Amino acid sequence: MQVRVDITLKTGVLDPQGEAVHHALGTLGFDGVNSVRQGKVILLDLAETDPAKAEADVAAMCEKLLANTVIENYAITVL
Amino acid sequence: MKTAVIVFPGSNCDRDMAVALERATGQKPAMVWHKEAALPAGLDLIAIPGGFSFGDYLRCGAIAARSPIMADVVKFAQGGGHVLGVCNGFQVLIEAGLLPGALMRNAGLKYICKDVVLNVTTRNSPYTSAYAAGAQITIPIAHHDGNYNASADTLKELANEDRIAFTYADNPNGAARDIAGILSPNRRVLGMMPHPERLNDAALGGTDGQALFTGLTAALASA
Repeated sequence: MQVRVDITLKTGVLDPQGEAVHHALGTLGFDGVNSVRQGKVILLDLAETDPAKAEADVAAMCEKLLANTVIENYAITVL
Repeated sequence: MKTAVIVFPGSNCDRDMAVALERATGQKPAMVWHKEAALPAGLDLIAIPGGFSFGDYLRCGAIAARSPIMADVVKFAQGGGHVLGVCNGFQVLIEAGLLPGALMRNAGLKYICKDVVLNVTTRNSPYTSAYAAGAQITIPIAHHDGNYNASADTLKELANEDRIAFTYADNPNGAARDIAGILSPNRRVLGMMPHPERLNDAALGGTDGQALFTGLTAALASA
């Protein structure tokens, strides 16, 4: 079973990388971009076949390792 | 005084740390590979050195903090043991939950390697007791992710409990409240981004880091 985890910085946490990308887009003439937030995507291939269990397992993985919940949020999508 | 330096794949300040500890204590520290299941018995201090453990993959210090030996390091700290984390070691201590907050990408997005001036913000710790009150010291930094951040409540708590050990005189990385190093509630765990072990000998360009190690040795000997 394929599971996708999106990890993003929490609202209010400064994202200097996102700001640098935002600035570069402006330089390229892409006006009208209000803000840019950069995050990461982790794709997992699990042996588990029950979507609910897979989601619970991945939530535990996020809490223990994949995300730093002090500054990051995570969103789990069972694909 | 019995000390240990934890070594991860990618640690690169482990030997500098060992030299600094040996000079201060007169005894060679045990070099403990991260895959060891247990720490040597009877340790007084564990040092987590700087470097780029596991290539800084996922987040700096995140993988190292889940290494087999770290369960024992956490137990040691929770039992009142002294643990010093420098640079990547600070990141590991935060990822292991021994210190609060997070170390984020430098605000200027650049890796910074230079000497910086630090204020010794508190003398009330075994690590800082040998510095003069209000001392300013010069210690090198070398990091890409040293921008300390924590919730407003945590920052207030750190300040109110006098747990900010060092601040930058001229903030190089955007750290909240200019924080360069913080202490645990029992003041026995110190995490700091600057490298005191790199200015521990006049031949290295200065000795401002020395008092941390000699003071620590004296404090632990009299404890």
